[in-house]
Parts: sequence; structure tokens; C-alpha cells
Amino acid sequence: MSVLVIAEHNNATLNPVTASVVAAAVQLDADIHVLVAGSDCSAVATAAGQYQGVSRVLVADNAAYANQLAEAVAPLVSSIAADYTAILAAAGTTGKNLMPRLAALLDAGQLSDIVAIEAQDTFIRPIYAGNALATVRTADTVKILTVRTSAFEPVGTGNNADQMTLDTVISQNKSMFISENLSTSERPELASASIVVSGGRGLGSAGNFQLLERIADKLGAAVGASRAAVDAGFVGNDLQVGQTGKIVAPELYIAVGISGAIQHLAGMKDSKVIVAINIDADAPIFQVADYGLVADLFQVLPELESLL
Amino acid sequence: MKILVPVKRVVDANVKVRVSADNSFIDLSNVKMAMNPFCEIAVEEAVRLKERGVATEIVAVTVGDEKSQEQLRTAMALGADRSIWVEQAGFVEPLAVAKLLKAVVDRELPDLVILGKQSIDCDNNQVGQMLAALCDMPQGTFAFHLSIENGRALVSREVDGGEQVVSLSLPAVVTTDLRLNEPRYAKLPDIMKAKKKPLDKITPAELGVTVSSSMTTIAVHEPPGRKAGIIVGSTAELVDKLRNEAKVIP
Repeated sequence: MSVLVIAEHNNATLNPVTASVVAAAVQLDADIHVLVAGSDCSAVATAAGQYQGVSRVLVADNAAYANQLAEAVAPLVSSIAADYTAILAAAGTTGKNLMPRLAALLDAGQLSDIVAIEAQDTFIRPIYAGNALATVRTADTVKILTVRTSAFEPVGTGNNADQMTLDTVISQNKSMFISENLSTSERPELASASIVVSGGRGLGSAGNFQLLERIADKLGAAVGASRAAVDAGFVGNDLQVGQTGKIVAPELYIAVGISGAIQHLAGMKDSKVIVAINIDADAPIFQVADYGLVADLFQVLPELESLL
Repeated sequence: MKILVPVKRVVDANVKVRVSADNSFIDLSNVKMAMNPFCEIAVEEAVRLKERGVATEIVAVTVGDEKSQEQLRTAMALGADRSIWVEQAGFVEPLAVAKLLKAVVDRELPDLVILGKQSIDCDNNQVGQMLAALCDMPQGTFAFHLSIENGRALVSREVDGGEQVVSLSLPAVVTTDLRLNEPRYAKLPDIMKAKKKPLDKITPAELGVTVSSSMTTIAVHEPPGRKAGIIVGSTAELVDKLRNEAKVIP
């Protein structure tokens, strides 16, 4: 049998986190299909077919799926679910919104945010803000999973899978898309960046975040933030790293003016190298840092920028 | 408009939990419990809708053992009019919780169900979406703003790239995100009054629901520890370490 991966995309571009979901799927089965549900999404379908390990791309291209509303996509996937032993999506907001609804339609449970696969029916996932890892076995016939993409090395490209059109159109008007406000940035995406420079309450103002941004640009890094910085209005919510925000595991995570509350650590403690810059020597962030610098960030940041 | 607010009793957000010695469960003995922070936000949002004259009745509901009545009394102290305790001890999986809540929805016929997006113990982020599917209701998840206009719920959602607004027909399910509101504290006179507000107990059997599970937790482990780090003395030393020792920057 086969495994289905739900592509993460915005109709124009395939999100590279999808390559990590495919990597997880590879561990489950040799025959992998990718579903691209969207509108005017042919470029995404082509890109999905290039991932190693994918044998087929299913394309549901219709205005009904333009904004990937769960009320339309869940019934669509439910209509083909019987063909698959597992259905996977990235554990971002799209996947988290969709997969539980799909699971309930199939009268199945759902496993959120898996970080490892032990067997066809056994998965590891973080609980209690990542303070523990649970090994869970499921008896469901179709495993509905969301994948913590930072835990799976992405597959490569160079493939050319064939495409199949899915004609099913689920029209519904209980949920209507009204508008969106997405940040546009030349910087790498937080979820897949190899370096993240992150700021907390210590930055003091939205303007001061520019100090971080200049360093991020020198390093080709993404910019992240703690909940405190977002709540204070220094940056948008899309930069929030933490238990209920984005989970990242880059090669290098530089935490500036971030105290290191449990909920923030949950979002970054699997980073390969962690640097903490904080004036408070007792800040919990130093307990996870590989390199800690107890100093005034307003003194350190300009020095750092000149040395890079 | 009637609002149903499911709430959950969980470990207090400031507690760092420990794994049992035999790696089979999380040790909750003598651990401080509280209402899940996202559920507090849900209760607060319902109360504000009532204060604005949009909602007429708020019903809190929880699935749990007799101790979870505490969270229902808290919800009523904060402004819920009455509450329902679905008696079920032990761990209940999200799909089972959703089925129990659906049975409550079928009895109460709320116009809106507001619940927390995830509980901070299991971090599943599933019940709201599952409930919406079972009830064939639209869902507005990760809400940071909610308004009711012309018989529809206008939900502003926090999504990966920023924000999204959806319009949902009623009845609908909304799950709360951190920035939807800042919950109030219960005042002592309201805590006293809440003791007299109705708290009705019901069992899964009375709801016509068989609680089943499809998952087994085989083991629980602490995550691998990190190697201890070092404190550097200067920015120059930091850059040197990152460049030449860790080799993570050019």
C-alpha cells in the first residue's frame, strides 16, 4: 500500500518543509504520493514531483481549495484515504488545522508533531512542552500524522514523478476566506533556516530589532522572537519561537535578550549550537546555551556586527 | 446566543514535570494543577461576549475525574452561568473527548463553542478541530480576534506566515491562541457565588458515548540532555568559538 503526504504550499511555491515530511514518509513505505490541493498550483505540483522517493503527485486544482480551508480539504482527503496506510502533513498551522478534522471524519486518532518513527505503528512525540518524549503505538488502520519537520532531514530532488488529476470538488460555504496579511521577507523561512537570530523582551522596542536584523542579514539567517517580544508588539506573531509558536532546530540559534522560559526552550532546544546573550547571569537560557555571554546586548550587537 | 466553553485541568504552566523512574508515565504526584491557559482565554472571551450583550448564556464543560470540578467552579467564578461535568477518570484521547463534547453539543445546541487551541500537557491541538468535524461545523482555529457580525463569526487567525481572517456560519467552533485576550482573575465574591451555580454531572453512558482509545503510550523518556556549555568573556571570543570551534559561521 501507499503513504500520502499533504504538500505545504501557497499555490505559487512549494514550502521546503514538505521535503522533511517526505523524508518521514520514506521511513514508512516505499510508495509515496503527494497531494497538492490548491488553486493555480501547477508549479507546486511540478516541484513536489521532483522530491526523491515520490512516485505520484495528486493534483486537486480548484478555486474551492484556493486557501486550503480545512472544511474543503479534509473531506477531499477523506475521499481517497482508504488507499493509504498513513497520511502525513507538516506540523505547521495548515497541517494542524487540517489533520485533526480529517482524522475525526475517518473516526481515527491523530498523532501530532512526531519527531521519530520507531515502527509502522509506533511514533515518538514531545509532550509537556518537550520536557518529555512519549513513545506511542496506534491501532488505527490509517495513521494520521503531523510531522515536526525540524526532526527529519529533507529528501533531495532530481526526481520526476507522474501527476494525476483529482476531479473531486468540495464546495462549502460554512467557512469563507476573507483576507490575509502575510509578511514578505527576503530572509530565509524560520522553520527551515540553518541560522536563526532571535530577540526577546530585552531588545526593548520594535526599532531595536533592526540591530538583530543587520546581524541576521550578515549571516543569511532568519529572525525569530520570544513570546514577550511579540506580545510587546516588537515584531509580528510569525516570528514567535516556542511551545505554541514555531519549533526550530537550526545549526545555530542565537538568543539575544531572551530569558529562556520553558515555553521558549520548547521551540529551540534541539538547535545544534545555542548562543545566549543576556545581561542576567541567572537567566535560564544559559542552562541550554553552548556559548553564553553575560553582557549588555546593546554593547554586544554592534561588536558582533563588525566582527562578522 | 449560547456559548459552550470546554475547559481542561492540567499541570500548572510553571511546573517542570518529571518522568517516572520506570519510564512509564509522567509523575504528577504533588504537582500543582490549574486550568489550561488556553482554556482560561476561552472562558474570558465568552465572558467578554456576554458583557458586550452578544452572548446570553455561557456553559462550561469538562471531561475528567472529580477533581476537575475545581476548574468548572473557576469557570463559573469568572462568569460562566452553569457547568457540566462529564465524569471520566484517567486519560481520555482527543477523539473520545470530541465525541463526548459532541454529545453535549447535541443536548445544549450552542451557537458557538470556544475552546483552547491545545492543552499544555499533551500539546495535541486536536479536540477543537475534531469536534468541528463531528458536528459538521466550520472551525476558526488559533484565533487572536473574534467578532460576531450578521450571524457569522469573523475569526482572525495566527498562521505561519502572519494572519488570516475567515468568516464562519453559526454554529461554529473557535479555538483560542495566546493573544486573543488577557484573562481576568476571579474575584473572591464571585468565587463564593460560583459555589451555588449549577454543576451537573453526567456520565458517558448517559450521553450515549462509549469511550474508546486507539493509542497506547509504551514509554515516556526525558529528552537527551545537552552537553554543558561555557561562558565566554567577550564578543570577540564568542565569534572565535563559533567560527573555529563550532564552525557554524564562516
